[in-house]
Amino acid sequence: MENIKFNKQHLKIAPSRRAFLIINTSLLVLFAFVCLVPFLNLLATSLSSNDAVNAGAVGFLPVGITGTAYKILMSKTEFFRAFGYSVLRVVTGTVLSLVVITLGAYPLSKTSSVFRGRGFYVVFFTVTMFFSGGLVPTYIIITRLHLNNTIFALILPTAMNAWNMVLLINFFRQVPKELEEAAKIEGAGHYRVLVQIVLPVSLPAIATVVLFTAVQHWNAWFDGTIYMQPAKLPLQSYIYNMINEANTLRQNLTSSPEDQALLATLPTKTLESAQIFIAMLPIMLVYPFAQKFFIKGLVLGSVKE
Amino acid sequence: MERRQVITARPARKKINLKEQLTLHSMLLPGIALATVFQILPMIGIIMAFQDYNVVDGFFGSPFVGFMNFYDLFMRPDFMQATLNTVIIAFSKIVCITVLSIVLALLINEIRIGAIKKTVQTIIFLPYFLSWTLLGNIMVDMFSKSGGFNYFLSFFGVEPVSWITSNTWFRTIVVASDVWKTIGYQIVVFLAAIVNIDPALYEAARIDGANSRQLCRHITLPGIMSMIVLMSILNIGNIMNAGFEQILVMYNYLVYETGDILDTMAYRIGLLQVGQYSMGTAIGLFKSVISCVFFSASYFLAYKVKGYKIF
Repeated sequence: MENIKFNKQHLKIAPSRRAFLIINTSLLVLFAFVCLVPFLNLLATSLSSNDAVNAGAVGFLPVGITGTAYKILMSKTEFFRAFGYSVLRVVTGTVLSLVVITLGAYPLSKTSSVFRGRGFYVVFFTVTMFFSGGLVPTYIIITRLHLNNTIFALILPTAMNAWNMVLLINFFRQVPKELEEAAKIEGAGHYRVLVQIVLPVSLPAIATVVLFTAVQHWNAWFDGTIYMQPAKLPLQSYIYNMINEANTLRQNLTSSPEDQALLATLPTKTLESAQIFIAMLPIMLVYPFAQKFFIKGLVLGSVKE
Repeated sequence: MERRQVITARPARKKINLKEQLTLHSMLLPGIALATVFQILPMIGIIMAFQDYNVVDGFFGSPFVGFMNFYDLFMRPDFMQATLNTVIIAFSKIVCITVLSIVLALLINEIRIGAIKKTVQTIIFLPYFLSWTLLGNIMVDMFSKSGGFNYFLSFFGVEPVSWITSNTWFRTIVVASDVWKTIGYQIVVFLAAIVNIDPALYEAARIDGANSRQLCRHITLPGIMSMIVLMSILNIGNIMNAGFEQILVMYNYLVYETGDILDTMAYRIGLLQVGQYSMGTAIGLFKSVISCVFFSASYFLAYKVKGYKIF
């Protein structure tokens, strides 16, 4: 039976169609492989000897394979301190942002006849989405509030993310009105309805927003480089500063003995690659499992009927 | 007469429960407070662009200079170049990503083996979730003189070139690596739109004897056309966003001529140079105003054409 069905399907496909399917699939697999090449090259570089890397002899596979870079990395306490600070940032930043936008999304998911003043808030948030004061004024405000070199400089400015809030608003709107009304008749207030009725049925949306926010915080690096002192740099800012300083020095060093001695203390390309690879690891490990939430959120955020 | 009927036919307004309203307002308090401090206050800080700002006198004490900063700015050749670079890079990104994502979504949709389809999609989407510090530095290393790109080219007998410091190639590398990082997003959006097409349409067309190419041309493509139009309109709003974080990681002083954009210039002048806050703010304001016009126009268009609303 199975066999007959298979044959039947086979017969239906015209040769030209089969040729197309084979070529198309192969080309797309090739394309996906090309997309992976930079990562393979990075991993190979981190596992190669310094000489091979400097000679430009590394492609997909490590040359003169060695774990030296990872061994040096293991002894770098700044790297792991930065890693820890990033984790702290992700956790506090995500919790804070989730509280703020969940609270905001609930009233805004109501119609303006139920929630008077909704129009004002919509205009307010739309303005913040479309126009910004720019980098310099934002920097000065944060500095004047003395938030520099505290975790608040990293988590407060991005906590009110209007786009994520819109995503939640759309989900909250789909919660059946009957559920809320039943709870209200029982005497529940809005906070209670939000926590006990709306949130439990919106868990997929919450999961999406949590993942988005957590990834944003893990990936953010620019704010860290301008607001934080070296002892409190998150991982991505630490990596940016390290590579940026090393590159600047490399460009400006001369062949004098002092400069050459300084050059020897700079992190090698293999060490840089090892650090980049370790910083990517958390996302790469979570991503395959979280992908479906990401896709759901992205589609909901952009495709709204 | 008719008009009066309409008015009287309107249902009585719901009674407002003041306490309930206050509860709802209180929920928005944290969001409003944060947005006011970190988004609205910086907008007020824009007055710096019209001052000769110094830290001692602050926002309200610094001398007012009118449009002086802008006058100085427009006289600078590197400012004009940065504006041009911004638009060139942003526009190239929008065009490349739109065209390629449509083609790739249609082709990925044709893969008949589920596991391969899923794997290809997963791999293409992966860089979207990594930061520019990491990806940008990978690209810089790849395209440096001793990098992986030259290694692969050496098999074709090409002499090593330092691509990343070349004004001829810098923009191409920037656009290509942005395609690599962000195209997964639009592909996913288009694939989702393809899934939403009514399967009955395909059935009916097959019964009428349509082949696979005709199905793609006459059902799939029109089925996602509405989404293509919407995404393209919304993308126009990004015409001034050439990718600040990406350029900041990838550029070097040798490629300022082709790679410096308004954001990076505002950063270098406003924050890295001492006492140039006002000039940096002026560059930021110039960009924000043009950006806001394009953003508003694109969302207005999306609303008019497709009924798209943010809230």
